[in-house]
Amino acid sequence: MTAALELAVARQIGEFNLDVALTVESGMSVLFGPSGAGKSLTLALIAGLIRPDSGTITINGHVVTDCARRTYVSTQKRRIGMVFQDGLLLPHRSVIDNVALAVRQTRGRRARRAVARSWLERVGAEGLADRRPGSLSGGQRQRVALARGLAGDPALVLLDEPLSALDAEVRRELRKLIRGVIISSSVPAVLVTHDAEEAEELGDVIIGYNRGRVTGARVVDRPVCPGPASGAPESTGRA
Amino acid sequence: MPGACVGGTGEHRTSVTGLVPHSWLNALGIPPWVWGPLSVSLHAAIEATLVVAVVGCALGFLLAKGSFPGRGAIETAFSLPMALPPTVVGWYLLTQLGGPGPVRSAEVSLFGHPLTFTFTGIVVAQIVESFPYCLRFSRAAISGVDARFEQAARAMGLPQWRIALLVTLPLARRGVVAGAVMAFGRALGDFGATMIVAGSVPMATTMPIALYNAVFFGSHGQAMVLALVQLAVAFGLLFGVSRLGKVRPW
Repeated sequence: MTAALELAVARQIGEFNLDVALTVESGMSVLFGPSGAGKSLTLALIAGLIRPDSGTITINGHVVTDCARRTYVSTQKRRIGMVFQDGLLLPHRSVIDNVALAVRQTRGRRARRAVARSWLERVGAEGLADRRPGSLSGGQRQRVALARGLAGDPALVLLDEPLSALDAEVRRELRKLIRGVIISSSVPAVLVTHDAEEAEELGDVIIGYNRGRVTGARVVDRPVCPGPASGAPESTGRA
Repeated sequence: MPGACVGGTGEHRTSVTGLVPHSWLNALGIPPWVWGPLSVSLHAAIEATLVVAVVGCALGFLLAKGSFPGRGAIETAFSLPMALPPTVVGWYLLTQLGGPGPVRSAEVSLFGHPLTFTFTGIVVAQIVESFPYCLRFSRAAISGVDARFEQAARAMGLPQWRIALLVTLPLARRGVVAGAVMAFGRALGDFGATMIVAGSVPMATTMPIALYNAVFFGSHGQAMVLALVQLAVAFGLLFGVSRLGKVRPW
């Protein structure tokens, strides 16, 4: 089976040196480590928002970055969905428009809005469709951001500390939602967090990060919840 | 519909106040020596601002988002009219538009006549004078947009041109609109460049030139009225710009 993500990259930013190699199968993989370990930088490299100094990145069997061959597929063509820490919903657009803009698989405003509405229903935000992001609470914003991240039929979803700006109660509620929606939609996902409880609750695989290196990986024991579809998760540092 | 014969070449333009019947203007007590120059000023400034808003915003976007060499030099060159006396700008325009050379040849083949001492000449002078305001406001506003919104849009698969139209420009809209309003104000108030390029021919007289003529010929009553009208327009413009900063963002 083709891995959802294969990555072996290095990137120097000032004094900080990121040098990681990892493979992600289906389900939810969590990059876990302290702040400044290089987790979010890894997501930016996967998304193509930053170019690595060397290495390759493959999403669903398609090479999207190959520094040796100077191959850099643009962010737009990587078929990824992203959920940011503070949502980053466009403030001048309604909630439904924010989600509809991300819909790639269909043309026409009405069809896009129909897809967007169905995703809003799946995240329990259907009642927010006509509101502006400025009038939403933090939890509501992240629900909409999750719908937007998934609405474009992505090959891979990247979640960059999506719950870190929320209070404890909302965070607990959204953890269940995120895991449920990601698993039911069968989209492989990579989530970044520095919260151990969150990593345990959300991840099928937890990949440890520290000082720009992968320190190890382990499969989370889940007797009931669905785990990775097949294949053992692999993660190797190149330190 | 009343029209205004503008310029020494007999170039005809329909005035803005042509949209309003003369009887209304007379009933309102607005004399021809006010609404004539006012219509020329408004008409020229609107045309100049339309050009400046589109081109200035596009160039501002390129300067803010592009990573090509010489950006600083380009911005400086287009901003020169801010620092130069308007008469100097007018002299350069006069020698280029009116003197022998490729610019004049292009004008003749495009418009059928040179642009000096015409209404279009006024518009060209106002474009050059007001362009830096729109350019600098737009560039600053576009540079100030949080790049993470654009990154989010890229992750959503939006092509670059849609990101510009749907994300960057709406988020920079207050600065862009303020730049266009400032450019309109600058175009409306231009005296030096307009005077040198278009002179003071009858029916091609803008408000500032009409005021100058009134003072020159000792019509102090008319000068006071013309000054008051310009004061009111300038106040309205600046008040509008200040309101832009106070409205709820979204």
